[in-house]
Amino acid sequence: MNDELRELYQQVILDHSRKPRNFGELAPPCAHVHGDNPSCGDEVDLYVRFGEGGEINEIKFNGQGCAISQASASMMTQKVKGKGKPEAAAMVEDFRRVVMGDGEPVDVDRLGDLQLLEGVRKFPQRVKCAMLAWRALEQAMEEGE
Amino acid sequence: MDGHENWSFELGDERPDGGTLGRGDVCKREWKVMDWASIRGEFPILQQRVKGGRLIYLDNAATSQKPRAVIEAMSRYYECDNANVHRGMHELSGRATAAYEGAREKVARYLGAGSAEEIVFTRGTTEAINLVAQVFGAAFLQAGDVILLTEMEHHSNLVPWQLVAARCGARMKHIPVKDDGTLDLEVAAALFAEGGVKVAAFTHISNTLGTVNPVVELCRMAREAGAVSLVDGAQSAGHLRVDVRALGCDFYAFSGHKMCGPTGIGALYGRQEWLERMPPWHGGGEMISVVRLDGSEFKPPPMRFEAGTPNIGGAVGLGAAIDFIESIGREAIWEHDQVLTQHLLGRLGEVPGIRVLGQAVGVERGPVAAFTTAAAHPHDLVTFADERGLALRGGHHCNQPLMRRFKVPSTARASVYFYNTLDEVDEMIDIVQEAVRFFGGLD
Repeated sequence: MNDELRELYQQVILDHSRKPRNFGELAPPCAHVHGDNPSCGDEVDLYVRFGEGGEINEIKFNGQGCAISQASASMMTQKVKGKGKPEAAAMVEDFRRVVMGDGEPVDVDRLGDLQLLEGVRKFPQRVKCAMLAWRALEQAMEEGE
Repeated sequence: MDGHENWSFELGDERPDGGTLGRGDVCKREWKVMDWASIRGEFPILQQRVKGGRLIYLDNAATSQKPRAVIEAMSRYYECDNANVHRGMHELSGRATAAYEGAREKVARYLGAGSAEEIVFTRGTTEAINLVAQVFGAAFLQAGDVILLTEMEHHSNLVPWQLVAARCGARMKHIPVKDDGTLDLEVAAALFAEGGVKVAAFTHISNTLGTVNPVVELCRMAREAGAVSLVDGAQSAGHLRVDVRALGCDFYAFSGHKMCGPTGIGALYGRQEWLERMPPWHGGGEMISVVRLDGSEFKPPPMRFEAGTPNIGGAVGLGAAIDFIESIGREAIWEHDQVLTQHLLGRLGEVPGIRVLGQAVGVERGPVAAFTTAAAHPHDLVTFADERGLALRGGHHCNQPLMRRFKVPSTARASVYFYNTLDEVDEMIDIVQEAVRFFGGLD
């Protein structure tokens, strides 16, 4: 197997895809966004409960799809939990830069393991898989509860 | 057959051309050994390395590769004969018209049509079906009429009918697919018997299941119910002998690019009596006989349905593709398809956690296998394969309702054509096995 593939499918990513964290649903009231990539069948249902100050108190996802889409969703829920909306929005933008190779992220440390998904930028047709849950999060933050 | 049906060859035998019989050669039950290796050599694109490996192209149900003869015929047309057709009074226009109309005659012979007037050139299968759906729909369908399709139709033989149904108030019904990937013909008979069916449209060979539908029987049922029949031939035209009159269909649609021809050209066969009854579709040049400011008169078919300058170069390429396929023989291609497909299905069976949609091994079927594995998601599998030079397809294959029917979000798909080899299938299986071990955490 070549290096680009090993970089795309690092052990941490495969581990998240096989054993996704924060997997499941939240009971209402909460924001619920369904995201999908119709061309490939990846699906994510994202459930977010915001605190009074708009911070992400609880977050869960349900879904099916490729290793990249599911690992990205799993890792995202871990990283954005407890964050306020402005910070979470900044993380969305940073993550987009990482996977699209479109400029440097503002705060590398904050992304942590999520940087491991950098390998996706060499597979342009897979960027939408990595972004699926993040687009759902953006929408959830816009809509609120 | 002079006893030739008992003739058999074995690997290592001397071929009639003096070579040695190899794994790429499939023997027909006659005095002819197909030299598939040299036929493969006619496809320049296959002689390359992609990423980590030798290109193994197994996405033929999406589009086929093009032999040198087709590429050169199109170059030659543009270098020597290019002009607009039907109107010019100069030498080149005459040559271009002869080339274009010659291609139409080749298509007519290839499909067993009664005459070239029954062949309408289109951009491909999708446009051909849209032509029938919109023109026939507008002229002959009324609220409450039934459009009968099947659960396994490609979106191109589903969505055009949905658009028409929404406009005229026709109802849509679908012949269900059984677990083994075949159509439920008892339900089909019952659906016809319920009455009201004006159009029945179905695929000849499923692009996902590989199922070869009993089109002769379905066309007969349609005829007896007083409905017109349309066969989606996208997956059959380049693989097996098609005789539209033997099939008994009113319309047959296919694409050139899936049978060694260029993209952007295909054709609709329409039985003359139907084409003559149908009003024009697109308006413009070529399709008119007399134009006044307040109205026009139209040419008879097929010109009535070919407004504007057609894809002349594409038609020339399609004609060359037909010549190429006929030089091999569709019986030989179909036989080779079966050998490759049975090998593919047999070897896929060795993969842990595999699920192949459709019929079991041992049944004649189109050269397609759509599958899922427990360990590797189709996209991951396809990305993994791509890094090794293996072109598979992942997704719903324009078959979303069928994916829901089989309760899978997507599948990987391997589809072979006559230039593929048993060795390529073996290499594909090795790569799939490796991917399953990797994503399953066993590597």
